[in-house]
Amino acid sequence: MSNSFTRFTGTMAPLPIQNIDTDQIIPASYLKVTDRSGLASGLFSRWRYRDGDPEGQPIADFVLNRAEHGEARILLAGDNFGCGSSREHAPWALVGYGFRAVISTSFADIFRSNALKNGLLVVPVTEEISAALFDAVAADPATEVTIDLEAQTLSLPGGGETNFEVDPFARRCLLDGTDQFGYLLNQAAAIQTFEAANPSRLDTRSA
Amino acid sequence: MSRPQTLFEKIWRRHVVAPEGVAAEAEGLPATLYVDLHLVHEVTSPQAFTALAERGLPVRRPDLTLATMDHSTPTDPSIDTARLRVIDPEGSAQLDHLQANCERHGIPLYAMGDERRGIVHVIGPELGATQPGMTVVCGDSHTSTHGAVGALAFGIGTSEVGHVLATQCLLQHRPKTYEIRVDGRLQEGVVAKDIILAVIARLGIGGGTGHVFEYTGEAIRALDMEGRMTVCNMSIEGGARAGLIAPDEVTFSYLEGRAMAPAGDAWETALDDWRSLPTDEGASYDKTTTLDGSALEPMVTYGTNPGMAIPIAGAVPEDDAIEPEKRASFRKALDYMALEPGQQLQGKPIDVVFVGSCTNSRYSDLVAAANVLRGRKVADGLRVLIVPGSDAVKRQAERDGLAQVFVDAGAEWREAGCSMCLAMNGDQLAPGQYAVSTSNRNFEGRQGAGGRTFLASPLTAAASAITGRVTDVREVLS
Repeated sequence: MSNSFTRFTGTMAPLPIQNIDTDQIIPASYLKVTDRSGLASGLFSRWRYRDGDPEGQPIADFVLNRAEHGEARILLAGDNFGCGSSREHAPWALVGYGFRAVISTSFADIFRSNALKNGLLVVPVTEEISAALFDAVAADPATEVTIDLEAQTLSLPGGGETNFEVDPFARRCLLDGTDQFGYLLNQAAAIQTFEAANPSRLDTRSA
Repeated sequence: MSRPQTLFEKIWRRHVVAPEGVAAEAEGLPATLYVDLHLVHEVTSPQAFTALAERGLPVRRPDLTLATMDHSTPTDPSIDTARLRVIDPEGSAQLDHLQANCERHGIPLYAMGDERRGIVHVIGPELGATQPGMTVVCGDSHTSTHGAVGALAFGIGTSEVGHVLATQCLLQHRPKTYEIRVDGRLQEGVVAKDIILAVIARLGIGGGTGHVFEYTGEAIRALDMEGRMTVCNMSIEGGARAGLIAPDEVTFSYLEGRAMAPAGDAWETALDDWRSLPTDEGASYDKTTTLDGSALEPMVTYGTNPGMAIPIAGAVPEDDAIEPEKRASFRKALDYMALEPGQQLQGKPIDVVFVGSCTNSRYSDLVAAANVLRGRKVADGLRVLIVPGSDAVKRQAERDGLAQVFVDAGAEWREAGCSMCLAMNGDQLAPGQYAVSTSNRNFEGRQGAGGRTFLASPLTAAASAITGRVTDVREVLS
């Protein structure tokens, strides 16, 4: 999958709940995988299926099970999205399901960092804009917004747009379709110099 | 004289391989930060090792990397490796993956049966691997625990686990600092867990986002090392990347003589260095908040995040005490917990008591619980799990008679592991059950689908074990 992300237009799935933790995004029972696949069915599984079982009956009124939001590729969520566990399985599950971006008034630090490394854009907005977006989706589930990463703008349903903040380095990587690993590997010489100047006191093989 | 610095700044500056970009052409570039110790466990590492394999990269510093098995390991003493393959083939395969990856790269691994094995955040300090002034990372949010020794320690994602395995470095933007000052002396029955639950209740679970906490003040200084670990452990539950406590004589006497701590001349050199770490007089934090430790009471959570905590004698808040935009989430939490606004928690019948997790499974936690349970019986029909944080803690508790106290009281004495904290190893609540738990998260389903968690201290947990109800330990002790 290419991580390239420039401009994206789509509908939103509203989840007006604050402090959605990564245990809700993907429960621990899904963390026994040794690759990144197969997590989409576990996404929000405890809210999405009866008894949390993807083989079981979908819970009809959960947003991802409602026909009008079936095509949504942007998640509109309450404040402090992604708190709790550092599990990168959370963005893997969101991306695996098909989400391209999450809009919220704030994001937990580790989730934000993990999401941006997986091509999942996090879009922070003010409380006013968040409320306006929830209202717009409630009034018309087909409401579309456009996220422009190059311009760092989010189009608003009533017209106009708002700027949003994004980590400039992560933005560059997303726009170029490069990853942060390569950038770090290119610093081998500086790392070697640092190690020579700062010998470690520790040897984990010594116990 | 140079500008006064905080403990955080001193550690950060020592580890910068390449600074954050401030020049026009590099604006917004993160710093490259060197990692002194990388802790690894089975759940968040397999995909990182795969990333290295795909690029044909070695592990740069296996001598600064340490792996253990904790999350998926069973704590039921009757389940051995062979039996685990049958009852949990996926978890078992994940353990095999870790073993193979560690063998391939020469990383020391404490596998099932190894007497050094335990919860990653228990064994790090226990072995003296985590030391003042270090940077410590792990693919686990509770890495903040290691800040108790004065190390800058934080959780990372699996992509970053790969970065650190390959380069021993991380790309990081410098967080802000937040002083959490807890003055005064704690009352009888009030312990480290109550401090941190009160802090999170005050700040909210997103209150520390973008910050590193430094805990200061008389109540923090008076804690022993294990109490400090409990406090730092839950920094992430306040949204902070890390929590720090300045190293002092308590820290040094804890570390001296531990397996991986410096010894001989190296110990003296290290001490000189460590004494220079505490925040300088006159240094400033981006934010500060102060709590009166002497006014704190035993705390218990009522909701579905760790910030939803109240003094044990208190009541669940009424709707009108909650900001209007937060009311829907508040009601959702109460619906899940099957509680009402204004309800007292004290006296609420429970089904399970769990003493364990990287928050409260150390020797002193078990001593605290045993002191309450000694000579008493757990309530009829109540399930009580006592899960030591490491094999070393387990052996010490067995040697010193603590294990017998638990068994005599009617509790289950288990093998070391994460156990019911995250319910991916066979230990879990049944739907609808209530637990008083010494762990760190009361999220919906965290301890088992449909399970309902009241987070509390080991003292509160032990007192509740006797009565089968949420109980104020001060009533049991008096």
